[in-house]
Amino acid sequence: MAVFKFKTPISEEDVRKLKVNDVLYVTGTIVTARDAAHKKALEQFKQGKPLPVNLEGSAVFHCGPIVKKEDDRWVVVAAGPTTSTRMDQFEDEFIEAFKVRVVIGKGGMGKRTTDAMKKYGAVYGAFTGGAGVLAAKAVKNVKTVEWLQDLGMPEALWVFEVEEFGPLTVAIDSHGNNLFEEVKKKAGEQLVKIYEKL
Amino acid sequence: MNIEKLVEDMAVNLLRLAVVELPADIKEALQRAYKEETSEAGRVQLEAILKNIGLAERENTPMCQDTGIIIFYVKAGVEADGLDRIETALINATRRGTREIPLRPNTVDPFTQKNTGDNTGHYIPFINWELTQGDAIEITAFPKGGGSENVCTLGMITPGEGVKGLKKFVIDAVIKAGAMPCPPTILGVAAGGGADIAMKLAKAALLRPINQPNSNPELASLERELYEAANSTGIGPMGLGGKFTVLGVNVDYAHRHPASFPVAVAFQCWAARRATARVHSNGRVEYLTHKVR
Repeated sequence: MAVFKFKTPISEEDVRKLKVNDVLYVTGTIVTARDAAHKKALEQFKQGKPLPVNLEGSAVFHCGPIVKKEDDRWVVVAAGPTTSTRMDQFEDEFIEAFKVRVVIGKGGMGKRTTDAMKKYGAVYGAFTGGAGVLAAKAVKNVKTVEWLQDLGMPEALWVFEVEEFGPLTVAIDSHGNNLFEEVKKKAGEQLVKIYEKL
Repeated sequence: MNIEKLVEDMAVNLLRLAVVELPADIKEALQRAYKEETSEAGRVQLEAILKNIGLAERENTPMCQDTGIIIFYVKAGVEADGLDRIETALINATRRGTREIPLRPNTVDPFTQKNTGDNTGHYIPFINWELTQGDAIEITAFPKGGGSENVCTLGMITPGEGVKGLKKFVIDAVIKAGAMPCPPTILGVAAGGGADIAMKLAKAALLRPINQPNSNPELASLERELYEAANSTGIGPMGLGGKFTVLGVNVDYAHRHPASFPVAVAFQCWAARRATARVHSNGRVEYLTHKVR
């Protein structure tokens, strides 16, 4: 296990240094996107419209935060990750279209995303589910929010300026390794032994 | 004494205590898990969890952005005054708590997909009533997160499969759930009754502190066995591999129909939020799970 601290924009060369089980901290720009934002972003891309935010080399965060407004300023109260599997149907195209280098969430992603990460150079960073305050603490500033009217607070694109956002356990790397799948496979192999003992 | 106002204030406090500070038994179990976890990825996750719960307490802010669907368990003394006003008090407390704490508005109409914005709705907050002796009213606030709820499961196994079938069903559920319920989790397991009864008992089993073994020695030994078996899957904290997949297993049961063997597994995430207090007939409020500063 090695610890890496990357600043956005992150290069393909840097991201390919990461292996599963490594720990990553990201400084710079991360953008939240859940189901609706992924869908809308890809629809716009296919129509040739640019995104309101440039995601190249940055991180996309599967998160629906609690954000409050204090004197015209957005303040993040809690911003833990949501379950990533729901975004599996969009993520391969999303990585290809917007060239994000890090996908942050919880629960892991499947083969389609793993293959795209290998092909285009990106990783999946698992952030501790439920650790909403820890995440909020790393957000130094809300740069902007897009699609808030249209999609609502949890589904909007929140553009966060973060400092050492993490720890992110690299759970899918750009070499085809998927830690969640490995753990599940091992659990399945254990099952016969566990059954025998019951 | 205005019982409605008293219960409303108490319930707002309970919601706040529940979402901000974990009960002592859960905190201790997480600390022990961090000390004993051998997987590196698992330790990184547990360390982040401990940091997060410390921050939430210091800043008096919800530990997780998913503050759940609001459920209350009420033990109502049959001699208590004002039982007819408890429901209104709990609904008002949920609305106030949503604004004041704040809680994330989480109540969506399943047919129109509209969010009411205040955590109340049809049957919600859900209130589980139990009548007890005496004149005190005991209320538990139990905000239940969505990630762990999504993997709760019910099996109508055959009586022939019996207890061994129950054990297999529980372990299969743990493996199938994987990283989804934010492990290390707490499992509420119940057998018998019927489909609804088993699930109700499984969920209510999550109210018992995990350092308090089952009062039935045979069930206590079943709890230990399921705990060991679940943790030998290696799923680990947040599904990234390790020794701690569960922090505790609580079992309950009802007698079953000869033809049926319902088994329910209720998952609770590591953010196992609950807070309990009792109102006495003289208006004194006693907080049972948390120290109130």
